[in-house]
Amino acid sequence: MPLKSLKARENDLSSPSKQQEFLNNGIFSDGELPRFKDKIAETNQLPLKPKKLEILQLNLGYMCNQVCSHCHVDAGPDRKEIMTVDTMQQCLEVIKTTGAHTLDLTGGAPEMNPNFRWFVKEASKAGIKDFIVRSNLTIILANKKYHDLPEFFKKYNVHVISSLPFYKKEKTDKQRGSGVFDKSIKALQMLNKVGYAQEGTGLKLDLVYNPSGAFLPTNQQAMERDFKSALKKDFDIDFNSLFAITNLPISRFLEFLIASENYEDYMYALVEAYNPAAVENVMCTNTISISWDGWLYDCDFNQMLDLKVNSKVKHISDYNEDLLNNREILISQHCYGCTAGAGSSCQGTVA
Amino acid sequence: MANNYYDPADLRKFGEITEWSEELGSKFFDYYGKVFEEGALTAREKSLIALAVSHVVKCPYCIDAYTKDGLQRGITKEEMMEAVHAGAAIESGATLVHGVQMMNKYKKLSM
Repeated sequence: MPLKSLKARENDLSSPSKQQEFLNNGIFSDGELPRFKDKIAETNQLPLKPKKLEILQLNLGYMCNQVCSHCHVDAGPDRKEIMTVDTMQQCLEVIKTTGAHTLDLTGGAPEMNPNFRWFVKEASKAGIKDFIVRSNLTIILANKKYHDLPEFFKKYNVHVISSLPFYKKEKTDKQRGSGVFDKSIKALQMLNKVGYAQEGTGLKLDLVYNPSGAFLPTNQQAMERDFKSALKKDFDIDFNSLFAITNLPISRFLEFLIASENYEDYMYALVEAYNPAAVENVMCTNTISISWDGWLYDCDFNQMLDLKVNSKVKHISDYNEDLLNNREILISQHCYGCTAGAGSSCQGTVA
Repeated sequence: MANNYYDPADLRKFGEITEWSEELGSKFFDYYGKVFEEGALTAREKSLIALAVSHVVKCPYCIDAYTKDGLQRGITKEEMMEAVHAGAAIESGATLVHGVQMMNKYKKLSM
């Protein structure tokens, strides 16, 4: 369990180019495993093109109150990158004209952006009805100023999607930090109390399961069943759906894979579980990811690898949805993480 | 060729046994896949049985495979260890029950 981000530790892997180098070499350069582009070419899915844009995913900053060992953002309290009001204004201009119906706010802990609430309010005025906030839960209890977040979420009918790697304390705390499980449970109870995941309220609360180690998630429905019965029985907690998300081999999870000598086995497992049906619905086909400083990416993972969209338009200040919808999606070996088994996206399985 | 009998990387090559006997290899893998599907027992229960048997037959490949399979299915380490004990208990029981044979023989031979 790291206490600081890769960046603060000045680890080589904090550099996107170092990560890209790693993903392009070794078992992928000597032909032991096929590169992702060659794999999808086998089923005539190259180049990968966007479909209808549905989701604008905004990364409001890399600052977070937690330092999770698998974090693909390398987020943490020591990260100071935060979306400014100026960039938020540019996003609001885009929101007024976009064809996307959902605004997906992520981080770091998006709630830690000092202008988070103002932005949600303004985006709501600009016509966004479907808000997603990816909350780490513990932020709600981290400081008094966040205690009323459940009420705020309720007011704007925010769809809350929260990480909870497991329904037991030990695995959760190991991945996300000591004490995280108890605080997450308390936060879920607070969300339930204001009406989240309660019948008739329409307030949605989904959980994200991601494996706490070098293995892939299994059947999403079976996991959902286990989570629902355990959380209800042990803590009287309700939630709507469970999304099983595969850990992608980038950033801190890549660091873990390399340090624990699991990297090759993990990549083999991803490639073996490759499912062409999942390629059809990978999230980069319906999402644009916008970084804290306004750059545009095919997904949050490409953002962390600094693979900006392959389009004339690369920044929110020049946003043009028609041009962007004609781009080719940038891919690399990390993409195997989204196409393994039943597939993986920020909305769970896709195939 | 490796200088040791067991190489973890060989597990990935398991499917290659079909290359030298396609019919038998394919039949085996079809059967194997079918066995571990959801049935009267859940796939989760079968994974724990497989883990216990892996220990009893002392197959390092199988132990690696079904530890990982258990993690993927959200099986806890306590459940895994209990399954290993269930296998170990049967194995030691199988040894000990032969103690009756020893006792029978002892008695028969003794005046």
